[in-house]
Amino acid sequence: MRGNYDDVNRLCTELSAEHDDWAFVNINMRPYYSEGSKTVAYEIAEQLGWELPDRVIVPIASGSLFTKINKGFREWIELGLVSGREPVMNGAQATGCAPVANAFAAGQDFCQPVKPSTIAKSLSIGNPADGPYVLELARRTGGSVDAVSDDQIRAGIALLAETTGIFTETAGGVTVAVLAELARRGDIDPDERVVLLITGDGLKTLDAVRGSFKAREIDPTVDAFDLAFETVAA
Amino acid sequence: MAARVKIPTQLRAATGGASEATVEGGTVGEVLDGLFEEFGELRERIADEQGGLRRFVNVYLGGEDIRFLDGIATSVPDGAELTILPAVAGG
Repeated sequence: MRGNYDDVNRLCTELSAEHDDWAFVNINMRPYYSEGSKTVAYEIAEQLGWELPDRVIVPIASGSLFTKINKGFREWIELGLVSGREPVMNGAQATGCAPVANAFAAGQDFCQPVKPSTIAKSLSIGNPADGPYVLELARRTGGSVDAVSDDQIRAGIALLAETTGIFTETAGGVTVAVLAELARRGDIDPDERVVLLITGDGLKTLDAVRGSFKAREIDPTVDAFDLAFETVAA
Repeated sequence: MAARVKIPTQLRAATGGASEATVEGGTVGEVLDGLFEEFGELRERIADEQGGLRRFVNVYLGGEDIRFLDGIATSVPDGAELTILPAVAGG
């Protein structure tokens, strides 16, 4: 389909009205999809040995994931499955589509819709439905909602790949870049346990990083491989 | 001048199930007022207390969000199509 994420959502909303037996995961099935996002919080706590992180950095499109991860943590605290306080929640957007970050910076409780223009296409929702809830939650937990440029996003993708071996799509680059920004500002204590939500695979957005990584073409021989490998390792 | 207004599923309980209506009006605001005269319940679902659009209601004129045109003051050409959609989508 020609168009951006907003255009896709609009078309799917119209189609769901025309076909009442069709299900769109994040349109007319959105309440289920949204509640399902809580399992991300459950998995984070489980993988941390049934402990909560100090801080979570989440990419924001509509804001659904951000709010439901917090809900998942709070539910498990209430159930006594984990202890401690709810993690600080930091939201991550691209400056080319930053209605929530703009509202956070301006001290507003709601978002002014924008027309997206960024390489972070999976976050390009100009009028985010859960924006007001994200703002309330970021402020209540002592977090923030920040925005980073397309260049910072590319640098974030490269940093994650080089330091962890994980190749993320642009939304993950947004999240890593916001972590770097928070660290640069001194907003993160070095002893904190921080979890980043890397929500998509880099192969989805190869165009965005073409030229950012050096490709090494080799002949199909062990010697050629060893030479290239030694060069990279060095 | 008349415009064709498409009503989203979520609001059709307030229109007796009608999925569209043809309403007179030269601006988006006038068309919406005409719509509210026909279906009174729609007013509080679409308009806020100041008469503007509720934040989670999007209105499109010829495919463009009226917030990026002149809002409810946007001129509506004769025979144009207005689409009302809830802004609740995406992950």
